[in-house]
Amino acid sequence: MALATINHISGTGVYIPGDDIDTDRIIPARYLKCVTFDDLAEGLFADVRFDTEGVQKDHPLNEARFEKATIMLSNSNFGCGSSREHAPQAIYRAGFRTIIAESFAEIFFGNAITLGMPCVEASRADIEMIGATLEQNPATEITIDIENERVTVGDKTINVKVKPSAKQALLEGKWDPIQELLEHSDAISQTAQTLGYVSQAIPAS
Amino acid sequence: MTAQSLYEKVWKAHTVSTLSNGKTQLFIGSHLIHEVTSPQAFGMLRDMNLPVKYPERTFATVDHIVPTDKRVEPFDDPLADAMIKELRKNCEANNITMFDIDSGKQGIVHMVGPEQGITQPGTTIACGDSHTSTHGAFGAIAFGIGTSQVRDVLATQTMSMDKMKVRRINVDGQLGPGVYAKDVILHIIKLLGVKGGLGYAYEYAGEVFDRMSMEERMTVCNMSIEGGARCGYVNPDETTFEYLQGRPYAPKGEDWDAAVTRWRAYASDPGCHYDDVVNIDAAEIEPSVTWGINPGQGIFINERIPSVEGSADHDKEAVAQALAHMKFTGGEPIKGKRIDVAFFGSCTNGRLSDFVEVAKFLKGHKVAAHVKAIAVPGSQIVGKLCTEMGIDQVFKDAGFEWREAGCSMCLAMNPDKLIGDQLSASSSNRNFIGRQGSPTGRTILMSPVMVAAAAVTGEVSDAREVFGVGQAVSA
Ligand code: SF4
Repeated sequence: MALATINHISGTGVYIPGDDIDTDRIIPARYLKCVTFDDLAEGLFADVRFDTEGVQKDHPLNEARFEKATIMLSNSNFGCGSSREHAPQAIYRAGFRTIIAESFAEIFFGNAITLGMPCVEASRADIEMIGATLEQNPATEITIDIENERVTVGDKTINVKVKPSAKQALLEGKWDPIQELLEHSDAISQTAQTLGYVSQAIPAS
Repeated sequence: MTAQSLYEKVWKAHTVSTLSNGKTQLFIGSHLIHEVTSPQAFGMLRDMNLPVKYPERTFATVDHIVPTDKRVEPFDDPLADAMIKELRKNCEANNITMFDIDSGKQGIVHMVGPEQGITQPGTTIACGDSHTSTHGAFGAIAFGIGTSQVRDVLATQTMSMDKMKVRRINVDGQLGPGVYAKDVILHIIKLLGVKGGLGYAYEYAGEVFDRMSMEERMTVCNMSIEGGARCGYVNPDETTFEYLQGRPYAPKGEDWDAAVTRWRAYASDPGCHYDDVVNIDAAEIEPSVTWGINPGQGIFINERIPSVEGSADHDKEAVAQALAHMKFTGGEPIKGKRIDVAFFGSCTNGRLSDFVEVAKFLKGHKVAAHVKAIAVPGSQIVGKLCTEMGIDQVFKDAGFEWREAGCSMCLAMNPDKLIGDQLSASSSNRNFIGRQGSPTGRTILMSPVMVAAAAVTGEVSDAREVFGVGQAVSA
């Protein structure tokens, strides 16, 4: 199963300002009561978008002008807290394909890359600049260039950072590692044996 | 051979290959699963037609969604009921051991691993839950993973990972009376920040951790992730081995001796390289509470809540947001804040020693009339031991509701939830907005003894004053 290579991504963006936006905020725990990821988009930022009566609150994701956004912007330590893959799944299923932030929590980062959703790091000043640009013109086209670690916003280009292992995985279409992991079956058994605490594997049927 | 840290040694021993993107394919010694983050992983395996490679290295329990009051099945919540049934079905179909409700061994996944002796030094442990860092208390490299990685581990017993840096955190000296493991880790997170640990594994060392029991070490390692560190560990020592000996999954007889030798060799070598070292004096740590909406927003009990004006520029916005949510005013004391709920439990502080310690002080006290207080043992085993020791009765007499084992109001996926903007004194690990089940609910994290003090006085209190804590308190 060959995966798509991911290098250039274009779209419009939405800026959700804030440091330390945790996964409980991205998707509240009650939306985790599910056995598939299919319906997660509706829970995205639910408690900051709607009050307890379900009435819309002030939030960029509630604004019609950002409705078509496929690139999410935020600040530092984005996705901290729980390991729930439901968080990047909800973002992905709501139509987003890239997140640009100052920094990312590790588990979130890994989960997002495995979905083929790049997380790229930019400086606070650049993110605020993009936020201001979007504020003026929400239709501004944003293009992410993974290979050259650059983001173009309208007529401006900024440098961003893409973690080397993620970069390579995206560019080579290996962002979901399962095939490669499976291929190393012999090496796995060998490691298991040398460890001394793993009993024999039950042969795969 | 050059001196190496435990992290380095465990990483090397478990390295299967280097993947084409430069990441390491890491062997996972023990894999723990629960009902919330595993069903989709099993679904992916079915879609890909893949078997579970080492079913005997995966262990399951049910914790997040189980009701803690009425344990009759089917559960009132059909979604919760569907999740537990799905887990049973998946375990049965794949020959995975499950510590189910009728086993007497069910509990929060991070309680069950250590209790059963599955959690062992020098191993790698993964679980679809960020508090997997708890297991690092045994000198294991243990970390939370996402559901796609749960799939990877089920299918290959390995996963793809970047190596972390190691930060050694030394806490030396003597903790003051009434200062607990929880205060130590809240203090560390406050000092280093909630993102201070990004990219790091934390090695906790020094006199304070050397003296700690395994349960106290688990409390500390549990919250590593709240400081941004995906894993945190304590080097294995006699305390570790003593805890493990005789546990169901611990090696027996000759195997035990061989295992202890192997485990000992995994401890960090003197003089090994650390990417960073932090030194903390135990004497400066006081009973701690959070005042905001992340675990790094903490103060000592007798300090005042930070104000926007008094905060550094880059913090002003976060402080303002936290104060607004908490309905606190900067500059006022936290002591005396009237609470509505006292929650005692979770994988941070739901262990036997937590209950024993609190019971010591709670005897003869009554929960304030306006406070709803619930005590939730982290596992059925802890619950049973508490009953045998008469500890449950101490809590009931004081006015606590005594519950069955589970995560409960730590994240409120079961019926235990805050209502409206209730203020909760909680022994759990996260004070994020909405964490305890109400989007406007407010959480103050603290040690179990501080939760008990707040329950009794009805307000955030200094347990040292309320209970006269001071004499017979261990580290
Ligand atoms: S007790 Fe809380 S933190 Fe621990 S596993 Fe359960 S929900 Fe997660």
